[in-house]
Amino acid sequence: MAILSDDGATIFALSTAGLPSAIAIVRTSGPASRSALEALAGRVPEPRYAALMSLRDPADGTPIDRALILWLPGPASETGEDMVEYHLHGSRAVASKLLETLGKYDEMRPAEAGEFLRRAFLNGKMDLTAAEGLGDLLDAETESQRRHALAIAEGGLAARIAGWRERLLGAEARLEAVLNFSDEGDVGEGDESFALDAADDVHGEIMETLAAPPAERLRDGIRVALAGPPNAGKSTLFNALVAREAAIVSPVAGTTRDVIEAPVDIDGIAFVFSDTAGLRDSGEAIEEEGVRRARSVSERSDILFWMGETADAPKGDHIIILHPRADEPRRAAKPAEAALSVSATTGEGMAALRALLLERARSLLPREDQLALNQRQRLALREAADALAEARAGDWILLVEALRGARMALERLGGGGGVETMLDALFGRFCIGK
Amino acid sequence: MATSLSSDRYDVIVVGGGHAGCEAAASAARIGAKTALVSMRRDMIGAMSCNPAIGGLGKGHLVREVDAFDGLIGRASDAAAIHYRMLNQSKGAAVRGPRIQADRAKYRAAIHALLGAEPQLDIVEAEATALDLASEGRTVRGLVLDGGDRALAGKAVILATGTFLGAKLHFGMSNHAGGRAGERAATALAQQLYAADLPMARLKTGTPPRLDGRTIDWASLAMQPSDGGDWTMALATEKRENPALFCAITRTNAVAHDIIRASLDRSPLFAGEITGQGPRYCPSIEDKIHRFGDRDGHQIFLEPEGLGDPLVYPNGISTSLPEDVQLAFLRATDGLEQVEIVQPGYAVEYDHVDPRILGHDLGVRTMPGLYLAGQINGTTGYEEAAAQGLVAGINAARLAAGQDPVRFDRDDSYIGVMIDDLVLQGVTEPYRMLTARAEYRLRLRADNAVTRLTDKAERWGCLSSRHRAFAKLRLAKLDTVRGVMTSKIDADAAEKAGIAIGQHRETRSLAEWLRLPGATAGAVRAMAPELRAISDDILDEAIEDVRYAPYLERQDREIARVGADERIRIPETLDYAAIAGLSNEMIERLETARPATLGEAGRIPGITPAALAAILVHARRRAA
Repeated sequence: MAILSDDGATIFALSTAGLPSAIAIVRTSGPASRSALEALAGRVPEPRYAALMSLRDPADGTPIDRALILWLPGPASETGEDMVEYHLHGSRAVASKLLETLGKYDEMRPAEAGEFLRRAFLNGKMDLTAAEGLGDLLDAETESQRRHALAIAEGGLAARIAGWRERLLGAEARLEAVLNFSDEGDVGEGDESFALDAADDVHGEIMETLAAPPAERLRDGIRVALAGPPNAGKSTLFNALVAREAAIVSPVAGTTRDVIEAPVDIDGIAFVFSDTAGLRDSGEAIEEEGVRRARSVSERSDILFWMGETADAPKGDHIIILHPRADEPRRAAKPAEAALSVSATTGEGMAALRALLLERARSLLPREDQLALNQRQRLALREAADALAEARAGDWILLVEALRGARMALERLGGGGGVETMLDALFGRFCIGK
Repeated sequence: MATSLSSDRYDVIVVGGGHAGCEAAASAARIGAKTALVSMRRDMIGAMSCNPAIGGLGKGHLVREVDAFDGLIGRASDAAAIHYRMLNQSKGAAVRGPRIQADRAKYRAAIHALLGAEPQLDIVEAEATALDLASEGRTVRGLVLDGGDRALAGKAVILATGTFLGAKLHFGMSNHAGGRAGERAATALAQQLYAADLPMARLKTGTPPRLDGRTIDWASLAMQPSDGGDWTMALATEKRENPALFCAITRTNAVAHDIIRASLDRSPLFAGEITGQGPRYCPSIEDKIHRFGDRDGHQIFLEPEGLGDPLVYPNGISTSLPEDVQLAFLRATDGLEQVEIVQPGYAVEYDHVDPRILGHDLGVRTMPGLYLAGQINGTTGYEEAAAQGLVAGINAARLAAGQDPVRFDRDDSYIGVMIDDLVLQGVTEPYRMLTARAEYRLRLRADNAVTRLTDKAERWGCLSSRHRAFAKLRLAKLDTVRGVMTSKIDADAAEKAGIAIGQHRETRSLAEWLRLPGATAGAVRAMAPELRAISDDILDEAIEDVRYAPYLERQDREIARVGADERIRIPETLDYAAIAGLSNEMIERLETARPATLGEAGRIPGITPAALAAILVHARRRAA
């Protein structure tokens, strides 16, 4: 069941809609707000005063953004709990990097819909007008659930979940029949191999489904980064790729310092191009900083075009080495490691580049026969798979608890369920009762 | 009304002397309430109206839990047991179920003796005619007896009246009003309950024919012996009293099935005479044959009804077919070729009160002082009845003493699971306990009921000094065992004790070794000689605690999270219809069950997280 009230967790969410945008605000609420901010920014600013601070991933020091931070200790905050507001540059990459970093803390989890509001209410911080908003939220949730359910049904996830659930339910009902009615009726004793088989099969299929590319790429676009040292021709190529496409959605530049992002639709596939344009003006220690930024962008991208020396290229399956400025006299020869010679100025290699991009993109997107899963679905399937992994832990009761845990995780996705469903299956299949 | 009559004064008045009524009366009296048990026939108090067995899967848990409160059912079971079986011996301790066959006469005698030993308890042989309600409305202040000739004044009344509401007995195609076969039905009180406009629904139940054991060819049948061992149902039973009898098993066959199929038009079930909702599980042999036509036979357990009693209860063939059909199909069955029926099987249809009108104390929310327990709430089974009797008895006694109600929880007992299911979800078929209903069943074992519940029992004042002494001793011994669990044992010693040590060569704690195969009471004693005086059952409980510990820790976190919602109270008079966004179905279910907390609301079928959010906000706003 959903945990509605305060479970002690610190919640976080992106509180502004429609990225990319001028700014993006990520909020956290709960006791770990302060320690998370300390880890990301190194210190906590004066309460309720805006401070410009650099955020870094505490794990490896990768920069996330320079952001305006508001530290709002409870109870004098909107939710009544300790809160932090991170006013970021409004790029998808930056916002998702921060959310991902926050999500790594055990005591933090993504907020459920309306949860900031609920906490505010629980702590007596919400007025009547705001409270009425929850009724609307309820309606909105229903509508979005309906649309979502439809979309997923078309994708076939519902059918697959139903299949797994049916398989687990059957095994569970057989085990429960024995556990609950071994003294009466024709349930037999039997061995548990059928249930172990079902657990293994469903576990395998779930893992296979989880291995498919995530749905976020379909929705938000494939992240393509252009990286390399200053004057490598990144911006020229970026502008050529972005400006020459007819179907530009809305190119939005961030501020001068960071990444520039542009969403582009090529052949019906959504891309987000980003250029680490600000590097030229970063002052001293350019090379060091450049390598670090390149690594950071590289981690966040699905495809990275490297435009510097091949020896300096970051490593990874998603790296494509380009040989830019092929029109310049001394750059006629393409190094062996480079995939393509391109010149944004003459147009040389641009068609081939687009073809290469599309080819890579198709391999990154879920195929039509694959299911695209969003984050919530992946979490629920992961939970089901984790439960099934314990099926062989020991006695029957632990086996049946593993099956039940997995089934309930699936039912949170696909609906229906509860003990009555299992009993229906049980009584439908076995003749029981003295 | 009562003031005009000479009336005795009681704290608690219990109507009905079945398993719910007896347990209710005894528990109220044990706590110290002056209690009257009203029954139409004193001699029928404590009768086992259906099968002569107590316990089983899920049900055995309930017996042990009631016993942890010093209840009657476990002690009477031991006094009457003529056959012991521990079900699911090999399937994990959490789902093991102790079950006994009882000598019917000894069981009833034991109940009479136990009730007779309660100084605060009077048995009143009379017909309960009506509730005495305060003139201004629905508050209960006593009970009118024998058509108005007498009355009892009482601060609380518990109705444990079984199937008395609108009961209809079906013997083949003939039917008549009544409760159990041969007894008259109490209907005057029923009229009052119907008039009080409590929501009701109709259910059916059945019973098999009773056979003359002297006409059964036992030698030709497979015998089922009683378990060895010395476990008992009740904590304070020191040893098994009675000699053990065998049960036997036979099977229906194609010839018997043909006879039944040919007569389905004479079954009230299939001819449409019975309209009450039957269970999804098969209550009758005609149902089994109709729904599972591919099965070539169904088991019949031949259970003796007593040591000196030739009566045999053929468990598994409850039926409402006409008597001639019953005899014909029985005689087509192995071992029963010459069988004689002493009393034919029959079906009962009855009304029950929708238990969603009850609180977790089993009190009717709209009629202060009135409690309901047992089949009247839509349950089936002695054990389910006894457990409800305990809950109602305790709470009625507390009401009379001006104390707050108390409750069992889903994470402490099967009793808590059952009450929660009943009052939040209601019933659509006779409710019986199943281990599958308990989401925390890894911790709710039949063997650890004393550990789980003694604290509550003690705080609520339910324990006699004798029971308390047994419980304290057991808990102290368990403490001793737990204290040794961290002792370091080397691998050689573990291996010698019979633990399958596998690759482990290091020194580990006793607890760690006990998570490996081969952990038995004997192995514990071998590794920790200071425990050699501790009995098997206590060591077994400790071993199971250790084995399940990693799973229980995970569950503890879940319980803690759910617990937060359990602490958020919903006002009793919340107007759900005024909450934007709730569907009509949600409103209807919420209004019927009236959840007391947000956690309870979440367990009502069909209530979504978003609906809970809206309820929460509305409730808070009202409270503000």
